[in-house]
Amino acid sequence: MKVWHFSEMAYPQAWDTGYEMGTFRVNVPNSHYDPKLGADIYHRHYDEFQLCDELGINIMLNEHHSTLTCLNPAITVSASILARITKNVRLLLLGNPIANRPDPVRVAEEMAMIDVISHGRLEMGLVKGAPYEIAPANMNPVRLMDRFWEAHDLILKAMSTHDGPFSWESEHYHYRQVNIWPRPWQSPHPPVWITALSPHSGRAIAERRHVAAALLSGGIASGMFNAYRERAAEQGWAAPNDRFAYCALVGVGNTEEEGRRRADKVAGYVRTSPIVAEPFKNPPGYNPTPVNVAALKTGPTQSVARVQTKDGRTVDPTKATVQEFMDARTVFAGTPDQVFEQIKTFNQEVGGFGNLIIMGQGGTLSYDETRANLQLFADEVMPRLGDLKMPENPYGEQAERNASAAQ
Amino acid sequence: MALTVERIEVAGVSVDLAAMGAGPPLLFLHGGFGLAGHEACLEKLAESFQVFAPTLPGFGHSDLPRSYSTVDDLAYFGLDLAAHLNLKNAALVGACFGGWVAAEMAIRSTSRFGQLVLIDALGVKFGDRLTRDITDIHALYQADIAKALYADPTRGQRDVASMSDEGLTAMVRDSEALVLFGWKPYLHNPKLTNWLHRVDIPALVLWGEQDGMVSTDYGRKYAAAIPGARFEIVGDAGHYPSLEQPDAVAGHINAFAGANT
Repeated sequence: MKVWHFSEMAYPQAWDTGYEMGTFRVNVPNSHYDPKLGADIYHRHYDEFQLCDELGINIMLNEHHSTLTCLNPAITVSASILARITKNVRLLLLGNPIANRPDPVRVAEEMAMIDVISHGRLEMGLVKGAPYEIAPANMNPVRLMDRFWEAHDLILKAMSTHDGPFSWESEHYHYRQVNIWPRPWQSPHPPVWITALSPHSGRAIAERRHVAAALLSGGIASGMFNAYRERAAEQGWAAPNDRFAYCALVGVGNTEEEGRRRADKVAGYVRTSPIVAEPFKNPPGYNPTPVNVAALKTGPTQSVARVQTKDGRTVDPTKATVQEFMDARTVFAGTPDQVFEQIKTFNQEVGGFGNLIIMGQGGTLSYDETRANLQLFADEVMPRLGDLKMPENPYGEQAERNASAAQ
Repeated sequence: MALTVERIEVAGVSVDLAAMGAGPPLLFLHGGFGLAGHEACLEKLAESFQVFAPTLPGFGHSDLPRSYSTVDDLAYFGLDLAAHLNLKNAALVGACFGGWVAAEMAIRSTSRFGQLVLIDALGVKFGDRLTRDITDIHALYQADIAKALYADPTRGQRDVASMSDEGLTAMVRDSEALVLFGWKPYLHNPKLTNWLHRVDIPALVLWGEQDGMVSTDYGRKYAAAIPGARFEIVGDAGHYPSLEQPDAVAGHINAFAGANT
């Protein structure tokens, strides 16, 4: 199992304003942001990522816009810096919100540059983006996924075409001379990751054999991974566990109390992240029609999305305790032994996954505490993950049958 | 009250059409929330006109062809529909979003129409680049949307809890279609103002006095951009006068385009 570390680079200094306004996104004036503090925050997180490089923990970055929970609105900027200042680990961008970016060829150029600068360490995540990203991007939420897949196809074609310009004239994008320089280090292109919530998305990702990532809710992971395995088998291949990723908040300590205390601070991320002004939560067309019909029937829109615990309880993430987050598998926390056991159990529950993304920093967890958290995880938990017993793929036989039938 | 609706196919697109009344023909194009709430006005109009009220592609239960993505598509659909219904010298009436579609139809061809009536129509821009003419309802809380749209917000309330799945689906599809066609540029076509000079039939621009979506000032400018257009105010009405003041709206239209005018 590969391990990745992720931080949103939050700005907790303005969270009081977020709570007062009832929103952490889109409409909080940036007068509440101090660039001098902001500079320190960037350098602090880049230092933490450099520590990851030394510890052998791979790095994940993401981007959000107009928000005090994430100061990384241009993922390529941070990725470019890390491509230069790290030497060893892989760099996962999860990711580029390609349906919100007007120029996919530009995305391909940026990704190719980062791949070359990092000597082929790029993992290229492509994401739909959260509904509240629509307002800052002002891209049409209707038919968003059509645009997503067209951008996806164009980016991969731009990266893997080496015999001169090609033209692209389709519904969303028009180019006459696509011929990117540089081309990526990795061939035919850096590995592609996509985040997903639903089994439907899991199937779509399986059809392209990309890595499918589930974030912060154990309930999402098992259904989505299973749908992926099933679709892969229908197409005659057994999906290996390296096609699956799960992201959880992690607090590890020398005592259970210390681990949980760290997780509690990291959880500031999930407690603030869903607080969004009502108009920007769910623009029409972002979700499928039946989903919105169902939402109307349940009455006034819930203020935030809920997470589900293993035994079916729903939890309000803005108020949840560490224990509740642990019940939802949003958090792994405690001593190294306890955290390892939680990961081991979860791995069995979801049928195995090859990539664990830990949010080892979030919310108000300080620089020193973050370093201690990452160090302890690298020393005491990570070495044991390599030997983790993986469950058998229940669709393995079906995959073989379909593969031989196809020959 | 529910309208009697038939299913018709126009140029390969299957849509709902409510047809009622007798008299000179009148084609009514609905606003962003479909026909719901405008039944009383349509029935009043049906006392003087043969009324045709389609549900535009993408709205309600009408099909949305994959190729449709802009108001141009709806304008050509509207012209095909007028041909399909064999309209002659009809009154073309459009409210809110439907007013935008009607204006786009009228700059293309008025061959089947005798009059154009725009009611609190969207579709044009007059302000500078930092001044939005059309209220961004996608940045408003639900309660504020009602305040922007109605002189009396209680008139626009829909009892969602008692609606069928079918009704809710139509409501959700209305909002999706409005976003598909009107997201960017926001509910207008930057070029439309330049072409309004092509409207070569008598035009009436009707406006709700308390419209918080597009102001009466915007309505006056809209009328001024159409050669010879009249501008009239409907009192005690917001963005949907045909919902809030159905009789008054029908009266204005009848006086302008009815058989006795």
